[in-house]
Amino acid sequence: MGSGGWETARAECGVGRGNLSGSACQGSGAAPPRPSVSAPQSAPVPSDVVRGKRAALFFAAVAILLGLPLWWKTTETYRAPLPYSQISALNALQLRLMVPVTVVFTRDSIPLDDQEKLPFTVVHEREIPLKYKMKIKCRFQKAYRRALDHEEEALSSGSVHEAEAMLAELKEQAEGSLTVYVISEYSSLLPQDMMSYIGPERTAVVRGIMHREAFNIIGRRIIQIAQAMSLTEDVLAAALADHLPEDKWSSDKRRPLKSSLGYEITFSLLNPDPKSHDVHWDIEGAVQHYVWPFLNALSAAGNFSVDSQILYYAMLGVNPRFDPTSFSYYLPMHSLPHVINPVESRLGSSAASLYPVLNFLLYVPELAHSPLYIQDMDGAPVATNAFHSPRWGGIMVYNIDPKAYNASELPVRVEVDMVQVMEVFLAQLRLLFGIAQPQVPPKCLLSGPKNEGLMTWELDQLLWARSVENLATATTTLTSLAQLLGKISNIVIKDDVASEVYRAVAAVQKAAEELASGHLSSAFVASQEAVTSSERAFFDPSLLHLLYFPDDQKFAIYIPLFLPMAVPILLSLVKIFLEMHKSWRKPEKID
Amino acid sequence: MAAPCFFSRLWRAALALLALGSLAASQIEDQAKQFFRSGHTNNWAVLVCTSRFWFNYRHVANTLSVYRSVKRLGIPDSHIVLMLADDMACNARNPKPATVFSHKNMELNVYGDDVEVDYRSYEVTVENFLRVLTGRIPPSTPRSKRLLSDDRSNILIYMTGHGGNGFLKFQDSEEITNIELADAFEQMWQKRRYNELLFIIDTCQGASMYERFYSPNIMALASSQVGEDSLSHQPDPAIGVHLMDRYTFYVLEFLEEINPASQTNMNDLFQVCPKSLCVSTPGHRTDLFQRDPKHVLITDFFGSVRKVEITTETLSLQRDSQITESSYKEDRMDEELMEPLKYAEQLPVAQIIHQALLAEVWTLPSAPCGMLGSRSWPATFTGSVLQLVTSPVHVLSQSSELHKVQF
Repeated sequence: MGSGGWETARAECGVGRGNLSGSACQGSGAAPPRPSVSAPQSAPVPSDVVRGKRAALFFAAVAILLGLPLWWKTTETYRAPLPYSQISALNALQLRLMVPVTVVFTRDSIPLDDQEKLPFTVVHEREIPLKYKMKIKCRFQKAYRRALDHEEEALSSGSVHEAEAMLAELKEQAEGSLTVYVISEYSSLLPQDMMSYIGPERTAVVRGIMHREAFNIIGRRIIQIAQAMSLTEDVLAAALADHLPEDKWSSDKRRPLKSSLGYEITFSLLNPDPKSHDVHWDIEGAVQHYVWPFLNALSAAGNFSVDSQILYYAMLGVNPRFDPTSFSYYLPMHSLPHVINPVESRLGSSAASLYPVLNFLLYVPELAHSPLYIQDMDGAPVATNAFHSPRWGGIMVYNIDPKAYNASELPVRVEVDMVQVMEVFLAQLRLLFGIAQPQVPPKCLLSGPKNEGLMTWELDQLLWARSVENLATATTTLTSLAQLLGKISNIVIKDDVASEVYRAVAAVQKAAEELASGHLSSAFVASQEAVTSSERAFFDPSLLHLLYFPDDQKFAIYIPLFLPMAVPILLSLVKIFLEMHKSWRKPEKID
Repeated sequence: MAAPCFFSRLWRAALALLALGSLAASQIEDQAKQFFRSGHTNNWAVLVCTSRFWFNYRHVANTLSVYRSVKRLGIPDSHIVLMLADDMACNARNPKPATVFSHKNMELNVYGDDVEVDYRSYEVTVENFLRVLTGRIPPSTPRSKRLLSDDRSNILIYMTGHGGNGFLKFQDSEEITNIELADAFEQMWQKRRYNELLFIIDTCQGASMYERFYSPNIMALASSQVGEDSLSHQPDPAIGVHLMDRYTFYVLEFLEEINPASQTNMNDLFQVCPKSLCVSTPGHRTDLFQRDPKHVLITDFFGSVRKVEITTETLSLQRDSQITESSYKEDRMDEELMEPLKYAEQLPVAQIIHQALLAEVWTLPSAPCGMLGSRSWPATFTGSVLQLVTSPVHVLSQSSELHKVQF
């Protein structure tokens, strides 16, 4: 070991000891050094003493000034630089959700002098009162203008549906934007008692008024309609449900699916009694005709994949009870939660994909338990004979027409009515996604649903909700990562993880900008990218590199390395210091 | 005249007040019930047995018994991450191959034929365990090996094996310290990977493992305090090793009385296995937990109760009559081409699939693990050879179906 003590340096080279062997210091066969002038062993030569002290001090200096920082630097956990300040700024981000609304006035809708003021823009901004750290403001930017000729023509047609059809085919509306047409107060386009109409595409029709304060009154009506079609407090509260402080008094039933890049939808037919029922279902046709149009309408919200299966001898985990009054079997509502678990293990949903899976089960009850009804809380049979579980899927019980048993022997051939089944499943799918029945303002006519089952502005609502949810999730993930790095010192951040974090921060900022300027689709895409990047950064396997190597185990490794080196250095330093202290004291004594 | 009027008015007022009061009380009670209810929507369980080798039979039996209870109470296999060394059932020293018993006199075979082990043998390492907890798993990991919990999941973590003051030994080659475990839980909390967590540990000096937790919503139970040893329950003379640990044995007896709808709370679980039965002093820690333990149901962690809603709305779809008719005709044609099927009567399939664990006397399984696996016991060896000789095909086909065991 590199000996730093000046004492030992003396001893090894035999100086002042009169020791002629001096073998420790010599090479091969050289003559031993002659003893120095000072033959007596005890008195050290001052120059040698000083040299020894200097050597010791130099050793100590190198060890402390050079070695210690070098060791510290080379053994610290590698952390690529992260934008901590930007991450903490994200928490105070102000989200401004802008909905561009185009308001088109026909000729007789408002007084003439008001008509001359057109075109101009009015902005209505409101803060959504949610107990969330990000402030969210809703901004409706209404651009007022006069109607063009073809629009006047369309709006004077017979019924509002025709008018809508004519207006819709003319131009394609960007996601997130709305168009409101203001018609005359006495127009016959709408039924007499209705003040407004909300259409399936992003259009609405409102009655005008001949009044001095026409613009204000109409403006308020427009805001009501626009809110119903785009952003309400409920939509945002449901989107942020996982991030808001737990409101114990709120119902936790309405929990829409978490935002994800894609979803896997599985349709399963459960036939527990193949001896009695030979069940056929045209699932491919039904999926082609009813499910894919719906999913294509939702395609902006994620990738969907659909599969189906038939399971035989799959029982429900609950025994149904017999109701003597109606000669049928029923499942009471409190036993429904126990139905799902025994069945789920046989569905094979975990092997399908890494995306969240939605299971839709069609159960054909066995002959011994037919017909089977589901009872709600009051004991009345449910019309749809179906129930669903948030974030999991839905189950429907399909009872076979008793007339089918009369003619033939068992097994009875059963052809499932796919339309009836798909009506229920698609309604459940809408509920699971959080697309609720819209809250229309009073005296408003809501158009019938489209063929696909989804209105275009409902998709917009979903995209708004998802964008806000994605931004909240991404911000939380980045903040948690920053906090974790502060708390646990063993986490390694490699360069690619750092680049993912930078990308996530940039995507969050871009999404906020796009939301503020009203471009919903690009904002949604940016928010999805923010979530994927932040999750990839947080869950990167390399972060766990040194986690199971705690600090107190490091001492056990360093002590055998450093202690033998450190002890002589420290001891010699102590000796030097004591000697110096004594030499300072001596002059005092003389004085 | 005035008096009866007055009295009737008073009477009516009193009735109204009473009605209002009861309504308010029931509303408050409803709200209070909701307040104390856990806000979870799904349940997960991570069951870890950290020992290997034949003389640690009891740890595997512990973990498998908890696995059985948790499955019985409703948590599906897709939500259970089971980490076992899995070297007991087909061990050369096992006199009853393909079984792991948890009761004396071989009453209960907890190995069965539907055990799904996610991490087996040398995959049970500290690194894998921490990766499962924190979610930092390589992208190629299959779904069954992941803990895909979210912020509304209640997670049950059960660990058993050999431990010491502040550490737990993993498979005789490495250890996990209480600091690492606490840090892993903190990482889970930061990413909101759990709603509430129940941590049960059955090792020597188990209480030292939960000393360092600092994340909220964690409740911990241990089988012994620092400085005490957890003892095993009963040896079986036929198998030759101890079959279970005391603490887990009494916890399981307690769980046998729980069904998915029961209302038993955590305070009862804390009373399980007093010092007179367990010899060691079980401990628990609830200061990090927000709710009062007496309002926490056992099924909040051990069972899995879903929230359901009745579907009241439907969409209205247009029928596309052409398509349904043509597909029906296609099916019809297929049907006529094939011969009519008959259903055989010999298999009571429904019974086979949904049987409870049969508490009958153990018999030689029809497919031993490995052709020459049971070397140590001549009786079973000749028995298995005889079986092989008489029905090789039968044995082979059954072994491929029934046993998911690799040897």
